Amino acid sequence: MINKVVSGAEEAIKDISDGATLMLGGFGLCGIPENCINALVSKQVKNLTCISNNAGVDDFGIGLMLKQRQVKKMISSYVGENAEFERQLLSGELEVDLIPQGTLATRCLAAGYGMPAIFTPAGVGTEVAEGKEVRNFDGKDYLMEYAFDADFAIVKAWKGDTAGNLIFRSTSRNFNPVMAMAGKVTIAEVEELVEAGELDPDYIHTPGIYVHRIFQGKDYEKRIEQRTVRKSEV
Amino acid sequence: MFSKEEIAQRIAKEIKDGYYVNLGIGIPTLVANYIPKGINVVLQSENGLLGMGPFPFEGEEDADLINAGKQTITTLPGSSIFDSAMSFGMIRAQKVDLTILGAMEVSETGDIANWKIPGKMVKGMGGAMDLVASAKNIIVAMQHINKAGESKLLPKCTLPLTGVKCIKKIVTELAVLDILPEGGFKLLERAPGVSIEFIQQSTAGRLVVEGEIPEMRLD
Repeated sequence: MINKVVSGAEEAIKDISDGATLMLGGFGLCGIPENCINALVSKQVKNLTCISNNAGVDDFGIGLMLKQRQVKKMISSYVGENAEFERQLLSGELEVDLIPQGTLATRCLAAGYGMPAIFTPAGVGTEVAEGKEVRNFDGKDYLMEYAFDADFAIVKAWKGDTAGNLIFRSTSRNFNPVMAMAGKVTIAEVEELVEAGELDPDYIHTPGIYVHRIFQGKDYEKRIEQRTVRKSEV
Repeated sequence: MFSKEEIAQRIAKEIKDGYYVNLGIGIPTLVANYIPKGINVVLQSENGLLGMGPFPFEGEEDADLINAGKQTITTLPGSSIFDSAMSFGMIRAQKVDLTILGAMEVSETGDIANWKIPGKMVKGMGGAMDLVASAKNIIVAMQHINKAGESKLLPKCTLPLTGVKCIKKIVTELAVLDILPEGGFKLLERAPGVSIEFIQQSTAGRLVVEGEIPEMRLD
């Protein structure tokens, strides 16, 4: 067993320096690596390129890094919930590459599967297609999209073991497994870290080979963006 | 004229037993409330869930369980969870039978724009470009005219496109329309009390009216 355990977020991100390209897991605020984001905010690394489906909200998640102007470029599919993001984007302070969500996920997948590029119909005939190679298969056009090349992938899992194996919970899984596979260095923070052997190999979502550093996170806020409920039936 | 709820209710009639359905944000989300009884439908949420259930009871919200609109939801017996790549894999591979989404503009050739107003609003396309590029059956729920009375059913979209030649059916507050393969909005039904003349005035693109146009029925 190769032990992947590090002491915490500070140690896990210690070699992330200015100008790095990061992947950050999560959908909205669901399944985001809260501990590592907070550590990146404290460390004040700058000029980051962040690949993440969303950009957090103004005062939580990646929004905290945006507020400190740590992010040079965002690669995302949807940024609707962040006013500061939209302001920086419209004013040109922040470079933004908006790409279709499935393209984002599949470019991660390609990196983790060792494939240089994918072909997808998403964005054909739109401004997303500008400058991209188009190939026709069986009468339908597809865009060639390259696999991501990220220095670090930072993900959040529910459980993990000392060998780096990960299990995700519910829809906080989202982009985390595909990003975990895609980073040159993958950092996983987990709610519960157990000894190797305690997780059933049949139930592992991400094999430890993809994970380089793992630690048990603390003080998860797990903020809910849209709390929607129905009244209890009496 | 139809309310948003009535647009959703009319669209729900298009859903057939055994369908896997992806509902977009806004009016499409409301469609879930009107799925006819006795019909088995599985709702797909593109953040990685098949079998989306209703909102949780108060106090039972789970931050780890949300839909694509970031709302807290529940699972149902038979639900499954997967990652984002698989979610769009099943969309691209046309395993999802029906996609219902909103639009800012639709053209008479079936182009759709719904993700960006240059210089004003940039929220991003989310999963919409993937959905419209791959779905075999798309229904658009939208307002026929904007607040200024201008048509959103156009000869050609003015906003940046989400997809090209992909929309086949539209339900608005005024009408149900198909987009013809050769181009043009074919009027199928009109909302109660709405005249064909008013629909004509409210449609900037080519409107095709043939024969009797019945009123939309919700039952």
